[in-house]
Amino acid sequence: MKSRFQTSDRVRVLHLGKTGHIRTPFYVRGKVGTVSELCGYFLNPEDLAVGKTAGPVVPLYRVSFRQTDLWPDYQGPAHDTLCIEIYDHWLTEGQEAS
Amino acid sequence: MSHSHEHGHDHDHTHDRGHHPSLVIEDEAGNIEGQIIIDALQNILVRKNLLAPEEVTQEIEKIEAPGEHLGARIVARAWTDPEFKERLLANGKSAAAELGIKVGEAQLIVVENTEDLHNLVCCTLCSCYPRSILGQPPSWYISKAYRARTVREPRQILSEFGLNLPDDIELVVHDSNADMRYLVLPERPTGTEGWSQDRLATLISRDCMIGVAKANAAA
Repeated sequence: MKSRFQTSDRVRVLHLGKTGHIRTPFYVRGKVGTVSELCGYFLNPEDLAVGKTAGPVVPLYRVSFRQTDLWPDYQGPAHDTLCIEIYDHWLTEGQEAS
Repeated sequence: MSHSHEHGHDHDHTHDRGHHPSLVIEDEAGNIEGQIIIDALQNILVRKNLLAPEEVTQEIEKIEAPGEHLGARIVARAWTDPEFKERLLANGKSAAAELGIKVGEAQLIVVENTEDLHNLVCCTLCSCYPRSILGQPPSWYISKAYRARTVREPRQILSEFGLNLPDDIELVVHDSNADMRYLVLPERPTGTEGWSQDRLATLISRDCMIGVAKANAAA
């Protein structure tokens, strides 16, 4: 799978409703952030957890979010951010209005 | 420490604690289910001669051998060698390999603290941690409170560790949730000009490489 996003692209985390060994925590789902880098291509942990070790590999990105976008009542200054790793299939193009 | 004698499964072989230490320590809630299961499994494997207790001990020693001294060596080198620091920030794993330090995880991302920016690492989903260079994580790192609160109220967490971060410093929290592992490169303390890497390493604590502290001040 080719990487669909590049550094500084705006992306939204999807609600995929999957169960099992999911590495996308709920607190970023539906949120819009910015791709800070492509980490590389890795086996999907959702497959690995059920013994599917043959691949394919999927792109993994680091995505940066403003804390005030994650938590409307965030107590710290507006420049604080959170960076987290998200696999390609959990992302779509981001739009500002959610 | 709880052991087989207290949870009552039968075992008719002689039991030398020195050869068969408890493998799992109870968790923060006091649960020992994991220990009971592993104890039973080990007893069976030993009885069937599929496993020698010494092999278990050796594996535990292998797991526990890496420690924060490795991370401190990496940081001390970066403080004294700007070109190494550039390579470290570009690729943590290959730069560590230059020092003969093998990073066992997929990739090591090194994040640099500056006078304007502070980095803090957590793993909300479990306990991902750069074990090959910092050893096993401290119990608070894997506590549900740290994992939940560090992404939610990181400045409060820092102040509870004694680090009151001024509002003009940008705070970046890294949730180590997937394949990357993170090492914080703390700021070099003032007053350490001309110090050797070994001497600098004495100022570099585990906590400052996680981001809940700064490097210790020069004494």
